[in-house]
This record gives sequence, structure tokens and C-alpha cells, in this order.
Amino acid sequence: MLYEYGHIGILVIIALIFPLGALVTSWALQFVNVRPASKPDVVRDDTYECGLRTEGPSLVQFNFRFYYIALLFVIFDVEVVFLFPWALVFEKIGWVGYFEGLGFIGILCLGILYAWRKRALEWR
Amino acid sequence: MPAFLITNNWYDFRDLGNLSGKLLDLLDDALPFGVVYVIAALLGFVASFVIFVLPSQLFVGVYGERKLIGRIQSRYGPNRVGPFGLLQPIADAIKLMQKEALTPTSADRALMYLAPIVFVAPCVLLFAVIPFGPNMVFADIPVAIVYFLAVSSIPVLTTFMAGWSHNNKYSLFGAMRVVAMTISYELPLVLGMLGVVLFTATLGLQSTVLWQKEMDIWLVFLQPLAFAIFFLGASAELNRTPTDIAEAESEIVAGYLTEYSGMKWGLFYGMDIGYAIAAAAFGVTVFLGGWTFFGLEKWVPPWLIFIGKTYLFYFLFIWTRGTLPRLRIDQLMTFAWKFMLPIALLNLVIVATERMFWVEEKADDSIVYAFALINIIAAAAAIYGWSRALGYRPENTPQKARLVSEAGGFVPVDAHGEGSK
Repeated sequence: MLYEYGHIGILVIIALIFPLGALVTSWALQFVNVRPASKPDVVRDDTYECGLRTEGPSLVQFNFRFYYIALLFVIFDVEVVFLFPWALVFEKIGWVGYFEGLGFIGILCLGILYAWRKRALEWR
Repeated sequence: MPAFLITNNWYDFRDLGNLSGKLLDLLDDALPFGVVYVIAALLGFVASFVIFVLPSQLFVGVYGERKLIGRIQSRYGPNRVGPFGLLQPIADAIKLMQKEALTPTSADRALMYLAPIVFVAPCVLLFAVIPFGPNMVFADIPVAIVYFLAVSSIPVLTTFMAGWSHNNKYSLFGAMRVVAMTISYELPLVLGMLGVVLFTATLGLQSTVLWQKEMDIWLVFLQPLAFAIFFLGASAELNRTPTDIAEAESEIVAGYLTEYSGMKWGLFYGMDIGYAIAAAAFGVTVFLGGWTFFGLEKWVPPWLIFIGKTYLFYFLFIWTRGTLPRLRIDQLMTFAWKFMLPIALLNLVIVATERMFWVEEKADDSIVYAFALINIIAAAAAIYGWSRALGYRPENTPQKARLVSEAGGFVPVDAHGEGSK
């Protein structure tokens, strides 16, 4: 079994070399007279904002709603992770395990209902 | 009786896995073990990625998609380079290769170069667990579904790296939107997959295909809700058009790709298609029986069936992209949290009940056909009922065109230049 994971490990290295090769080839083409070598240019190397000068800092503050969407995601995703082992051993646990799983899903539903009531699911 | 007519001879082209096995056996006699181990990985990379994925990207992803969307929108599509425009993707690739990749002076250079590299790598890794045939799978690991879900969520990180590194407001807005939307659609997707795992009781992709072959039914019939959730969630995670708020060019120039040019942009563009093909291959493997086709795989090469199904699935992505308009971000987020998440939970409860009944009552395996019927009816009822509960009223939709003022909209100045209400 570890044999297969080792293959994936080697594939990670190949997968990183592949795009690196494309980028390096594209960069190296300026030395073989395909296009002129890159010269620095103030206007061309400026931040693109539809032709206008950039106003103020670019890394601006963000609305809080992005943060609570991420929070909700972390809460529910962790709960879903706990359901995967339950699904895998489902044949062996009988009706007791089934109802325990349903209870867990019920708690998840309560969490969604609470978030819904608190209007956390709306994109305001 | 053997399960397949497929032999173990290397020249049996119905299963190309034998050929690579034979090659590796020959090499094993000549070379030390470590070298052969690395060569096996290289061979798998060439077989899955260089031979299948890259040509698919070029000729189905770039050419086929542009041509089909052209036909859908009453245009010709590419028709200048080569016969029927067939050489267009190659011309595009050469153009992208020789273009200069600009880097703004205020950008974070290291992160900006790192983002496309980290974006491409997971796409190559995704194809490692996809079974192309009975023994044509690069790494048949027992947790392939979890592996696929985990690796396919790395691009979200890359998107944010790209958006952050540019030091550009549009890029940052695009990246924030994509992250918020993608993580919202990830939840129903994983919950839908749970329903599949409940039925098959395995996390391996090859064993999922074999389960469908043994039961003689595809999981799309047993799990229509999970299939719908997978399709919508996948097209949201891929930023395809009904949900492509990441690159909404009328709002935020090109989203997180605004400052990218040349090959750096090309890698993002090409691998977006690569991810779409990976999602299509995964959907085919889990829901549409993978390389099986109700017995046809004994006569036709299984890898041909698999590739045909993958392209048909990819056609669904192209079709939705060509016909549906882009949605607003608030509509998308509400749809993910208020519609898809409860539906996915309902699907999970239905499947768990059916599966427990099947196991505990020692029911015959043919009960899956009854379950399929129940699930298809339940899926239709759940989707219609839940959308009505959330305020969907198809009978109120106007059947013919109206003026804005008739619809109660705001008209600032009418045709005669007089103000109206």
C-alpha cells in the first residue's frame, strides 16, 4: 500500500517540475531573439487599474461577512469529517449506530437553523 | 468464469495496463529496484497526463469548448488556423509561450511566480487515482475519494495567493469572492459524497466502479440528489460560467488573473480546463459507472468507454456555460447555504435509512432498483418542494415581454422627456 503512496510522492516532484519548466522556457525565450529582452518601464510595470493611477493602499480592509462565512465553513466541515468514518463502518454498527448518526446530523441541522435565525447565511 | 474476456497479454489493447506492466517487468530484470520504481511513476505520468490530459485540454477544452460555445451563441468559433480551425489551440500555446510575462513593480514577485506552479501541481496529482480501466490506475489507494476532495481544494489557496500577490484591488476582490464561494460549495459537495460512501462502503475509486458493476446499476440512479449537488458544486468550484464571479469582467477586470500575462496566465487558463476534465472524470467514475457500460466493456476497450463518458460529462459543463447567465454573488451564497446544504443533509438521511434497512433486514441485492425509484421520486419532490418553500413561484413568471414600468421598475425619464414615477 505504501508502494502506491510513494508513487504519488514522486508524482508531486514531476508535477512541480512541469509548470516550472513552462515558466522557465517562456522566460528563456528572450535570450534566443524570439522577442527583445525585457527592459523596465515605469508605465508598463505599474499596477493595472483600467488606466487610472492607483489611489491609496491596495490591500484594503474587508467586510466582516467573508470572515463569518469562513467560520461557518470550518464549523460544518469539521462535523462532516466526523461523519466519514461513520459512513465507512455503517454495515457493522446496526440500528444503534444509525440513530446515533442521525442524532449527530440533527445537531448539525440545529446549527444551520441557529445560523439561519441569526441571519448569518444571508449575504448582506 | 473469468470476469472479463480481457487477457493478461501485453498486446491486448483492451487493457493497456498490461503493456506497461510488461515493460516494467522487463526493466526490472535489467535495472536496480529504485530506478524502476521512479520509471514506473514517470510512465504513469506520461500515460495519464501527457497522452490523455494534455491533448484533451487542447482539443476538447480549448478548441471544442470555443467551437461549441460559438455554435450555441450563433457564431462560427475558431475557423482560421488549419482545417476547421483545428490548429487554433497550438497557435494559442505558441503565442502564450513567446509572450512576455509582466510583473508589476509593486507586486510580491516570489508569490506571484509560485502561484501558477502550485496551481498546476494538484491537477496532475488528481489524475493519479482515476481508474481508466480494470488495472489502468496510477495509484489505487484505499482513500481515493478523500484524497481527491482534499487535493482538489488546494487551488482555492492558490487563487488567494495569486490575488494577494498582485497588490491590485481588483485581484484582491476577485480572490476574496472566490474563496468565500468555493468554501461554501465545498460543504454540500462533501455531504453528497458521503451519501455515495454510505452505499458503497468504500473510499476507493476502483472499488466504487466495481460496486456499480456488481450491482448492475449506476450510482446516478441511486443518488440523483447527490449527482445534482456534485454537478452544481463542481461547476462552482471550477468557476465555470453560471458561477464565474471570480472573473466577472464587467465588475472586476479579470479577478485574480488581472496582472497575469504570458505563460503565467497560460498555466492558469490551461489548468482550469484540466480541473474541469478531472472533475468530469471523477463524476464519471463515481456516478456513471467509470469504465463499465453494462457488459459492453468486454468487447470495447474500457479506457475508450471511460474517455467517451468523460467527454460527454465535460460537454455538460460546456453546455451550462454556453446557455446560463452569470449569477450575483449574494444569489450564489444564498443558494449554497439555504438550498444545497439542507438538500444534501436530507439526502444523507434518506440514504442512511435505506442502507440500514438493506443491511439489517438482510434484503436481496435487487432492492437497489426499488431504492433507485424511491430516490428519483424523492429527489424531484425535495428539489421542487424546498424551492417552493423558499419562495420559488414558477406560475408568477411572466410569459411575455413587459415594459419596465409595467413590471413596477423605476423609470427615471420616459420617451417624451417627462419624469415619471
